Amino acid sequence: MFYGVELKTRLMLGTAQYPSPALLREAIAASGAEVITLSLRREGTGGAAFREIIKRSGCRILPNTAGCHTAREAVTTARMARELFGTDWIKLEVIGHADTLQPDPFALIEAARILCAEGFSVFPYTTENLIVGEKLIEAGCQVLMPWGAPIGSGQGLRNLEGLRAMRAHFPDVPLVIDAGIGAPSQATQAMELGFDAVLLNTAVAKATDPVGMARAFAQAVEAGRLARSSGLMPQRDMAQASTPIFGMAELA
Amino acid sequence: MISVLGAGVAGLCAATELAERGHKLEVILPKDAPEPASRFAGGMLAPFCEGEAAPEEVVIAGQASIGWWQRHASSFAQRGTLVLAAPRDRAELDRFARATRAHDWVDPVTLEPELTGRFARGLFYPGEAHMDPVQAMDELRTGLLERGVALHSGAPSGRIVDCRGLAARDRRPALRAVRGEMLEVLAPDIALSRPVRLLHPRFPCYIVPRADGRYMIGATMVESDRTGPVTVRAAMELLSAAWTLHPGFAEAQIVMTGAGLRPAYPDNLPTVALQDDRIHLNGLYRHGFLMAPVLAVQLAAQFERDPTHAH
Repeated sequence: MFYGVELKTRLMLGTAQYPSPALLREAIAASGAEVITLSLRREGTGGAAFREIIKRSGCRILPNTAGCHTAREAVTTARMARELFGTDWIKLEVIGHADTLQPDPFALIEAARILCAEGFSVFPYTTENLIVGEKLIEAGCQVLMPWGAPIGSGQGLRNLEGLRAMRAHFPDVPLVIDAGIGAPSQATQAMELGFDAVLLNTAVAKATDPVGMARAFAQAVEAGRLARSSGLMPQRDMAQASTPIFGMAELA
Repeated sequence: MISVLGAGVAGLCAATELAERGHKLEVILPKDAPEPASRFAGGMLAPFCEGEAAPEEVVIAGQASIGWWQRHASSFAQRGTLVLAAPRDRAELDRFARATRAHDWVDPVTLEPELTGRFARGLFYPGEAHMDPVQAMDELRTGLLERGVALHSGAPSGRIVDCRGLAARDRRPALRAVRGEMLEVLAPDIALSRPVRLLHPRFPCYIVPRADGRYMIGATMVESDRTGPVTVRAAMELLSAAWTLHPGFAEAQIVMTGAGLRPAYPDNLPTVALQDDRIHLNGLYRHGFLMAPVLAVQLAAQFERDPTHAH
């Protein structure tokens, strides 16, 4: 449950960098995503035409504060988003470094406190740091969005053990892998590890065929989720034949 | 009589093509019309590079416009396009190569000696061309006047061809604005002879050489209809990209900045469309100079198929 909302599909899609809004709409449909995220910082109130196209997709909108570098900027952008979209959902992103786009955990927690107190449903984009996660929960967040790798890098789950530890540490908090996913196999891996959803943008938007890639990710996320719920076999150090050899004919 | 509304690149190309085919026409530009977005264009004729994000029809149609501009713009030069990426963004170059065609891998220095030691490899699109868009539009306007075409701000007296760009939103509600910002710098010490594109995952940019040591640096793409001057963010992105390409740009003088609103349909493809008794030539998005001649020829062909349209 994401702030009381049950989602059938666990792929969330970003809406930037597509060749055209028409292709974006097709990709959203092919992905089966129920939640799409949209940035506001740069476009401002002048982006009404694009927002209308996004709204007509019928998806739940998760506005984001991409491009904000301070808590104050992020809070202002979140308030504007609430007004423009009539939703309390906000993907909170406070960038600490313009080049690597690493989240600034201190400003993130500060902004999360303010927004949660104002009744926002905050989806914080964070690292896999457990203490930051705890502070965000304490601030009122009911979902955490740890990165897989830096935004747009396509490196997948760069700190696998850290993410495993995070999953174990927050067993009851919905966790969404946000950013860094480049290939469907990486999305599958995230779901197999027990994450609740995957949010991505560039891997689909910048594919040669965004619609085909959206479909691929939809299947990958579903495969990972099904694998998780079906009980993955543990890895073994040695081979173990799946067919018993006892009783077989000795032909030599 | 045909009345072409708008004197941006769409209107001027349409009027020129119609005039050359012997149609009687006028070009109408209301006194309060905003400056056409095409004045801020790069003036690149790069159908293959644009194919990175644009569909195949733009790549095919765009090639046809290269010959059209060769006949109409004195600043036309066919020296190809060079595409580069900073070493850490080299994956962008591989992606760009996969997404486009009609290119060769090159050592950039063989084409632009001033880039020595800066980029290990680049993509070269020999078939592409560029020109100075403002000069080209001035020449089209002069050509029309020489043919006796009236350019005025009065009421239209003929069959309307609407080339008003974003101003046609009143009749074409699907049009939206995609804001673009550009800079022009004076850098007489730099000698680049062809458009260079610098790929970057977030701030791709291109630099187009113009006469007298000027370079156009463009262009942002923002889903917004906000008018007004270039933002600090846009200027920083564009200038730092230029500096990455050639450190000599640090000493260049910024002689002009501009921001325009590109008219675009949801599929970012331009069309010639008949609606309510007027023909709309619109939605040129970032492909104004690349697609306007193609649409103009299409428009003229429609008039010839159905001459009653022209009266």
